[in-house]
Amino acid sequence: MSATARPRNAAIAATIRAFNANKTSWFGLGVFILVVALAILAPWIAPNDPIEQDIFSKLQGPSSTYPLGTDYFGRCILSRLLYGARYSLLIGVVSTLAAMLIGSTIGILAGWHGGRFDVIVMQAMDVMLAFPALILGLIIVAVLGPTLTNIIVAIAFTSIPAFARIARAPTISVKEREYVEACRALGFSDARIMFLHILPNIFAEILVMSSLWLASAIRTEASLAFIGLGLKPPTPTWGGMIREGFENILDSYWLALAPGTAILVVVFALNLLGDGLRDAVDPKLKGEQ
Amino acid sequence: MSAFIVKRLGFAVITLWAVLTLVFFIVRVVPGDPAQVVLGDQATADAIAAMRVRLGLDRPLVLQYAEFLFGALRGDWGISLVTGRPVLVEVMDVLPWTLELTVASLFIGAIIGIPLGVWAAVNRNRIPDYVTRLASLLGLSFPAFVSGILLLILFAIQLRWFPVISAQAEGVGGWLRALALPAFNLGLIMAAYITRVTRSAMLEVLSEDFVRTARAKGVPWRVVVWRHALRNALIPVITIVGLYLGVLIGNSVLTEIVFNRPGLGKLIVGALNQRDYTMLQGMMVIYTLVVIVVNLLTDLAYGAADPRVKLK
Repeated sequence: MSATARPRNAAIAATIRAFNANKTSWFGLGVFILVVALAILAPWIAPNDPIEQDIFSKLQGPSSTYPLGTDYFGRCILSRLLYGARYSLLIGVVSTLAAMLIGSTIGILAGWHGGRFDVIVMQAMDVMLAFPALILGLIIVAVLGPTLTNIIVAIAFTSIPAFARIARAPTISVKEREYVEACRALGFSDARIMFLHILPNIFAEILVMSSLWLASAIRTEASLAFIGLGLKPPTPTWGGMIREGFENILDSYWLALAPGTAILVVVFALNLLGDGLRDAVDPKLKGEQ
Repeated sequence: MSAFIVKRLGFAVITLWAVLTLVFFIVRVVPGDPAQVVLGDQATADAIAAMRVRLGLDRPLVLQYAEFLFGALRGDWGISLVTGRPVLVEVMDVLPWTLELTVASLFIGAIIGIPLGVWAAVNRNRIPDYVTRLASLLGLSFPAFVSGILLLILFAIQLRWFPVISAQAEGVGGWLRALALPAFNLGLIMAAYITRVTRSAMLEVLSEDFVRTARAKGVPWRVVVWRHALRNALIPVITIVGLYLGVLIGNSVLTEIVFNRPGLGKLIVGALNQRDYTMLQGMMVIYTLVVIVVNLLTDLAYGAADPRVKLK
């Protein structure tokens, strides 16, 4: 047991060392954790109710009551930003997890079985991948309706092929290794080999992909909301807030700045984190997109 | 080579058929009657029945499917439910706007991204490399509508250098001023992708033997980088840029909305808002065709440029 555990611990230690070497990835992780904490603590730290309207104080500048000012309906921008983070993160995390689960399973199955099954499944994935994700997401949400579940389904659906591809390639190389041969010789079932022995070995690559796709999912959710296919008002979402600011851009353009910056900071932090993770997992790919 | 072309063409046809089938069923499998979706919740049963006839939904599914497939191949993508004009005519009206935006942004992306990528690669793990990598990562983190709004606020509203609405244009100067901001918005994001791809392609090429041989023969470093290495690195760059077409299309939709510019993106969002079901179907066919043709061209370009590809 200890003999097999040691190389894996050594690999993990090397990965952590490589991750540590890149300071910007720590910065990305720190910013992301901070945003998650702010989102979780929103009900306790938000200065005001995010949907309560105060028509007499609409479009006000920053003050002690409204630290980032108010919007067109006199709502507190900071409170809406904090509550909006909850929806952005919830939609991003759940859709990425769902895509990771379904996509990786498809990829591992295709890589493991190979042959015609692999060709058909991966060609189907390529067809999905060929279609612009935002357009596909737009159509799914427009047809199903802009609810929390449907937005998650749409974003997850568009990310599945990417996870299938990322899981398939290492499965093909790992399945030729001796320890998989040994598992077969011991009579383990396909499912047991795939999910207990192959999955742990390719999980690092899937995890890297997840941080990058989480960034993409948050951006897609905001884009859908900006186009008008986000959660219905008055629910605070970052994309929706930018849309409201954009509709009045000539007289109150600053309304779009705070949520725009919030999205940029979170997506940039996740990309920094993903980049660092990728360098750590596979130094050969250093800096590649 | 011909076997390679036939194989890629075959794959393109299969992909087109698969997506057309997906488009056809996506609007029929999802919950709710398309006729009801078009007319809204308040529609009477008679109105819904009439709309079902108009959309051809009263006929057998197999017949509808065959008509849809043959129609799509003939370029007959139906009549817009909102304007009453053929979908193809509506699309052709706005296509030049989207094309000029896409070409201009690819041009901007290439003239910024390729030199930056080369500069980062030849300075690997030094300050220019770190700065370029961070800047390009920031560039591709920007949602296109956020960067578009920032450009609009700064250059159109505050500095008044460019028009707020990009659809108005008089003369070549007006046309260029109207195109500049949207093209820069898309182009800068594209430049971020191209920089990263060029950097990694250059790193790979610079470590190859022929680069060392050229250096050993006394070819100046500048010539080795810009003539020998870049020429080889550009092949994967072209291919990967082709793969980013989906990102480019998504960003162009957002850019067209921000700059209030006519184009395919605005057309599809309008169709979604007005529940123009035939227009939506037609637009999906168009996007599929564009993606397939570009993928095919990139594959063929790659195959023509790199003879090793046909062996795979």
